[in-house]
Amino acid sequence: MTIMDPADVFRQEAADLFEALEEALLDLGQRPDDRELIDTAFRALHTIKGSGAMFGFDEVASFTHEFETAFDLVRKGEIKPNEDLITVALAAKDYIRALIEQPDSTDTIIGDAILDELRRFIGPNDKAAFRETTYAAPVAASGRAGWKLQLAFDNQILRNGSNPLDYLDDLRKLGACLVTALTDDVPLLEDLEPEYCFLKWDVTLHSDCDRAAIDDVFMFVQDEMKLECLPIMAAEASTLVPPLAETTAGHSLPLDTVNDGSQSAPQSDRPREEPKKSDDKGISTVRVQAERLDELMDRVGELVIAQARLGQLAAASDDVSIKAIAEEIERLAASLRDTTMGARMVPIGSLFGRFRRLIHDLSRDLGKPVELITSGEDTELDKTMIERLADPLVHLIRNAIDHGIEDEANRSAAGKTEIGRIEISAGHAGAQVLVTVRDNGAGLNTARIRAKAEEQGLLAPGATASDQEIHQFLFHPGFSTAQTVSALSGRGVGMDVVKRTIESLRGSIDISTTPGQGTTVTLRLPLTLAIIEGLLIRVGEGRYIVPLSAVEECAELSAADERSRGRDFLNMRGDLVPFLRLRSLFDIAGQPDSFQKIIIASAGETRVGLIVDQIIGSHQSVIKSLSKLHSEVTMFSGATILGDGSAALILDVAQLIAIGQGRSESQTVNEAA
Amino acid sequence: MANILTVDDSPSIRQMIKVVLAPAGHNVIEASDGAKGLEKAKASRPDLVITDLNMPVMNGLELIRALRAMPALLGLPIVFLTTESNDAVKLEAKQAGATGWITKPFKQEQLLAVVSKLVRS
Repeated sequence: MTIMDPADVFRQEAADLFEALEEALLDLGQRPDDRELIDTAFRALHTIKGSGAMFGFDEVASFTHEFETAFDLVRKGEIKPNEDLITVALAAKDYIRALIEQPDSTDTIIGDAILDELRRFIGPNDKAAFRETTYAAPVAASGRAGWKLQLAFDNQILRNGSNPLDYLDDLRKLGACLVTALTDDVPLLEDLEPEYCFLKWDVTLHSDCDRAAIDDVFMFVQDEMKLECLPIMAAEASTLVPPLAETTAGHSLPLDTVNDGSQSAPQSDRPREEPKKSDDKGISTVRVQAERLDELMDRVGELVIAQARLGQLAAASDDVSIKAIAEEIERLAASLRDTTMGARMVPIGSLFGRFRRLIHDLSRDLGKPVELITSGEDTELDKTMIERLADPLVHLIRNAIDHGIEDEANRSAAGKTEIGRIEISAGHAGAQVLVTVRDNGAGLNTARIRAKAEEQGLLAPGATASDQEIHQFLFHPGFSTAQTVSALSGRGVGMDVVKRTIESLRGSIDISTTPGQGTTVTLRLPLTLAIIEGLLIRVGEGRYIVPLSAVEECAELSAADERSRGRDFLNMRGDLVPFLRLRSLFDIAGQPDSFQKIIIASAGETRVGLIVDQIIGSHQSVIKSLSKLHSEVTMFSGATILGDGSAALILDVAQLIAIGQGRSESQTVNEAA
Repeated sequence: MANILTVDDSPSIRQMIKVVLAPAGHNVIEASDGAKGLEKAKASRPDLVITDLNMPVMNGLELIRALRAMPALLGLPIVFLTTESNDAVKLEAKQAGATGWITKPFKQEQLLAVVSKLVRS
């Protein structure tokens, strides 16, 4: 089959149309009220206009448009096709024909004259737009991370030949989409009309497309749907970061360590290649009032407790359907808990961003060039934790620059690079997050700390103390070795506050140093503050919770281990692990159960075995803090409420390990003696 | 590859549609008015109908209503061609059951875009 050039087909068709038009116009002169004739003439003009524009006869199209407009009035009966109009119409027809057949030799002046004539028939107010640009080119919009859409289609949409899934596909062409189907309106099976669409969709579109591009997708169904379209604005994170460009000008700092505001470079000498990062961050920050999140967390806590009660009732019941529902609710509560906690998680990178400015300013004020290297910005922590970490970290960084990093002269004398370096890193270690602040400065001056401690009467002169122990004095209130009190540090407030803050977050702080090489401060923090997965155990009559994250394994205490009283060590596949009998630790009278269980718990590198009477099972524990009366109690980090309404204490594994280690050391010492 | 029925009293429009859609792998069936279009739709079960609105014998709106009344053609996408940019016409056609529209004059890409929007492989 040969396909003819459509333009030729058009010329042929137009010739036929002109004949039909001429005939109709002439007949109209005789019978001005014949609707059939008017329709024929109108249709002819309409086709000439429409097709003409399509085959490149633009002159024809725009001319015919006016012609058609005039004739539309005739069709609507607003003007009568009198002799004058017919004459002009015929002239117009001839002109159009000339435009199509001899476009080059046709003078537009004639056309304009005819149009002027025609316009006498048209009212002045008809200015309908002829060309419509339905396909607006997507204009790139900046500062927008994407769109949040909610699509609710008229439920008859499928009948009209539209498939909502196709529209979702079209959205995906604009960018990555997160699509959630909302099934709220889907009726029961008996009421379900299969030809109807009952679903709604939530779509998070990651794209820098503009609104018009989205409207284009739905252009055919705009009247048959409700489209909610909210822009997701660019990262909140980037607004947290102060603009650095102007402050860095004229300063000796290497720019690449400070100019990238929103993110930090893992290696200062490596160019950053994560342009998408800030977008992701923008999407991850939907602003919600903090109190609402806190409230939500409280509710979830209550829900978890109620769920535990339900679980207990269900366990005692024979009703299978109750059991099924209890299981369902347990699953939902757990995932709701995780989601809620997830919603409170903030990447620590948002905090690191502030430190760039801080280090930049400190470095300038003190005349010590310092570069900042950060890693693990993506590590997420509870929002409250992040907020409360800010001050301690600022303090640690100040200390590092003020006391740790030497000035340029001393550094080059020590054979170090002139630019000091501070590394802040974050990462997961089990259920804990480790945040370290490391400098490559001079390291702690143990002798000076010792002298200061002796001077303040904290340490007896000449008493033996390990370096580790001496460094602990740094956390003592009012302890400062800075010889001069600078504006930044050395006022003796700080390290003790840092320690207190970290401990109030159920975390711990460690300091280690290598003379001449630098100092490392390590903060260990729990992932969350509110709810933990716990292992419920029984010792005597009392029930306790061991944070599941700290539990490495559970085993039965073998008779051989049981006999070895006095030597509380267990051979765990070649490793000697000290263990604690919780019965004796808690001073519980009576005979222990015949088959004692052992739980190997760990914190960081060290492990301890805990001997218990019974392991009951896992338990979601909503942490309630202990009252002030119990502030002396170190073995427990808090309490929780069990399903039956009774309370269980939560063991502080780190403290237990310290006790276990202490015993093992004393035992080792005894054995050595 | 889809069966596409084009209903238009203008041969050049039908030709234009054919010229654009045939190379894209579609099978184009032609009808010169609504009544013929309805017959061909019953016979050939098209995947898409592109129809003009102004036609002799049976106009586009009547055709759309007739097609929508046929259970066998449920969910058939129907696109109408219009020179009118005014919404009243669009609304009327949409109420009759049209899926979408193409505003004349259209470019090849626009026609292809609409077809690929409504006909999925």
